[in-house]
Amino acid sequence: MDNPYLPYPVRIEEIITETEDKNLKTFKFVFLNPEDEEKFSYIPGQFAELSVPGKGEIPIGIASSPTEKGFVSFTVNKVGLVTTHLHNMKVGEIMGIRGPLGNWYPWEEMEGKNVVIIGGGFAFTTLRSSIVYMLHPDNRPKFEDIIVVYGARSPGMLLYKDELAAWEQRDDIQMHITVDATDDPDWKYNVGFVPTITEQKITSSENAIAIVCGPPIMIKFTQPVLEKLGFPPERIILSLEMRMKCGIGMCGRCNIGDQYVCKDGPVFSLAQLKKMPPEY
Amino acid sequence: MENKVFSKDEWLEGIKALQSEYKVFVPVKAGDFHKFVRLEEQTIPDLDYQNTRLSPKSLVYPESERMFEFSTDENDPDYNILKEAQKDFGPQAIIGLRPCDAHGFLIVKRNFDNPEYKDPWWVRRYEASTLVGLGCNEPCGTCFCSSVGGGPFDEEGLDVLLFDLEDQYLAKALTEKGSTLLAKLDGGSEASDKELSKAEEVKKAAQEKISSKVDTSKLADKDVLELFNAPFWEDLAFACINCGTCTFLCPTCWCFDIQDEVYQKIGDRIRNWDACMFPLFTLHGSGHNPRSEKFQRVRQRFMHKLKYYVDKYGNGVQCSGCGRCVQFCPVNIDIRHVIELMNSH
Repeated sequence: MDNPYLPYPVRIEEIITETEDKNLKTFKFVFLNPEDEEKFSYIPGQFAELSVPGKGEIPIGIASSPTEKGFVSFTVNKVGLVTTHLHNMKVGEIMGIRGPLGNWYPWEEMEGKNVVIIGGGFAFTTLRSSIVYMLHPDNRPKFEDIIVVYGARSPGMLLYKDELAAWEQRDDIQMHITVDATDDPDWKYNVGFVPTITEQKITSSENAIAIVCGPPIMIKFTQPVLEKLGFPPERIILSLEMRMKCGIGMCGRCNIGDQYVCKDGPVFSLAQLKKMPPEY
Repeated sequence: MENKVFSKDEWLEGIKALQSEYKVFVPVKAGDFHKFVRLEEQTIPDLDYQNTRLSPKSLVYPESERMFEFSTDENDPDYNILKEAQKDFGPQAIIGLRPCDAHGFLIVKRNFDNPEYKDPWWVRRYEASTLVGLGCNEPCGTCFCSSVGGGPFDEEGLDVLLFDLEDQYLAKALTEKGSTLLAKLDGGSEASDKELSKAEEVKKAAQEKISSKVDTSKLADKDVLELFNAPFWEDLAFACINCGTCTFLCPTCWCFDIQDEVYQKIGDRIRNWDACMFPLFTLHGSGHNPRSEKFQRVRQRFMHKLKYYVDKYGNGVQCSGCGRCVQFCPVNIDIRHVIELMNSH
C-alpha cells in the first residue's frame, strides 16, 4: 500500500538568504533517489510538506517551476520550531519532502488570457513558480500579457532580487515592483502599497484573470481595487494558508466549512470563498 | 448466510479458542464502566453491559500510533531517512461491540479510505478486523441511533450480529468474514424458526424502547452560511470548558496531530488523537488563529458533524447516535439539542 505520509528523502543542495532581515531563506533540494523526482510531478500553485526528522513537518508552497529540472525549491520564513531548525541546517544535510499536495492555479482557464499577478511580502513563492513557468518558451505563447505587481516593506525584503531585475529587462512581462517605503536614493521602482500600485498600473480586467497572494491586509485592500476594475469574483484567484499536519484532508484542522485547504485548496477563487464560512 | 445458536457458556468458550487465529477484543467491567481489552488467560468478558465508556475506535485507530522511525545519527547511513514502523496487522476480532459503534467505523472510513488517499494504518487494521456486534436489548435514554440511520439491531458495518436470547446467543452471519469466524467456533446449532422469531421479537421490542428521537433530515437543505452565522453558538458555547471529552469518547471523531519524538539519536514520528476543541489545533506559525474563540471551536465541532460532513458526503450526519457525548459532557451540552437549534434556525 502506498503510504501518503512517507516523505521522499532529499539533500539540501543550496541555501540562499533572500532578505535583509535573514528571516527568509530559499532551500534547493535534490532527491536522493532520482525516480522520486519523477513521482514528485507538480504544477505551479501546489505545496509540499517539508519534513525535518525529529522536529516535524511544515506545509510550504513550491517556489521552483516544473520547467526547472534536477531540483525543487522552497522559500521558508523563520517562525516556529521546524522553520527555525531548518534555517540552521546546512548544505548537504538530509531531510524529506512529501507531496506535491493541494490544487494549483487554474492554468487551463488562464490560457489565452491576460494574467495579472499580485503579490506581497513572502507570499511570492508560488507566484515565482508561476512566472518562471509562463516565461518558459514552450508556455509563453499560451498566455497574453503577463502583468506583475509585487511589493515588500523595503527593497531588502523583496524575494528573488536577481530574477526580478532580469524580468524587468524583458519585453514579454510587465513588472511593477514596489516597496512600502525606502530611503534609498537609487531605488528606481515604485513606492507605495500594493493596492495603490495595482490601482495605478492595472488598467483593465478585459480578458484577464488575477492571482493574488499576500498578507491578509493586502488581500483585503486589493480586492475592492480589482472589483472596481471589473474583475468578477470567478476571475480573482487566491491561495490560502492554514495550519496543516497531514496535507491530505484527513487530520481535520485546515477546514473552511466542508473544504480542506490542504486538499481542496490552497487555491480558491473569490467566488468560491464567498460561499464558504469566513473562518480563515 | 447462516444463523447459529450458542449457549452463553459455549459462546465464551468458543471466543477463547479464537485466540489462536485472531487478536480477540472483548468488553470487560473496569470500575464503574466497561471497556474493550485484549482477551487473555485472566480476562473475564462481560457482555452484559449497555455500552463501553470509550468507543472501540482505538482498536483500529489507536490514540497514539508510531508511524515512522528514523536515526538522527549523522554516522548512520540511513541518517534522517524515515522508515515505516513495523506492525502486526494480523486478523483481529472485536466481540460484542454495539451496532452504533460499527456505524461509527463506517463514518470514519469515509475520511481514512477515500478515492484519493488511503490511510495505511487505519485501512490495514480495519480490513483485518471482524466486527461481531451485540444488539441492544436495553438501549439507554441517551441512545438516538435510530435518528441517524442506525438502530439497536442495525446490521450495517457488522460481520456478525448477536441477539441476546436470555440464556443463548443467536449469531447471524452478515458477511464472508463473519461466516469464516463463526465456522471456527465449536458447538452451536442451526437456529430454529422459533429462535429466529424470538430474535425478531427482541429486536422489535428494543426499537420501541428508543425514546430519544431527533430529526436530522432537515440539515442537508439548510444554508451553511446562515447556520454558521446563527446567533445561538455563543450561548451554546458559554458553558463549554473545551475539555475535549466529547471528541475523545466519540466513535466518529477522527482528527489527529503528528509529532516527532527523539530519544538520544533514535526518533519516531507519531500521530496522536487531537481535537478541534483546543486552540492550538488551528494556531498558525504567525500567531493568527482562525478559531481563537471558544464559540468558534464549539461551532466547528457541531457544524462539522451536522452540516459540513452532511454536505461533503451526502450520506447523513457524522454521528452514530451512541449518546456518549451527552452522558459524559461535564456541562451537559447535548448534541440533540444542538440539532434542534439548527433545525429551527
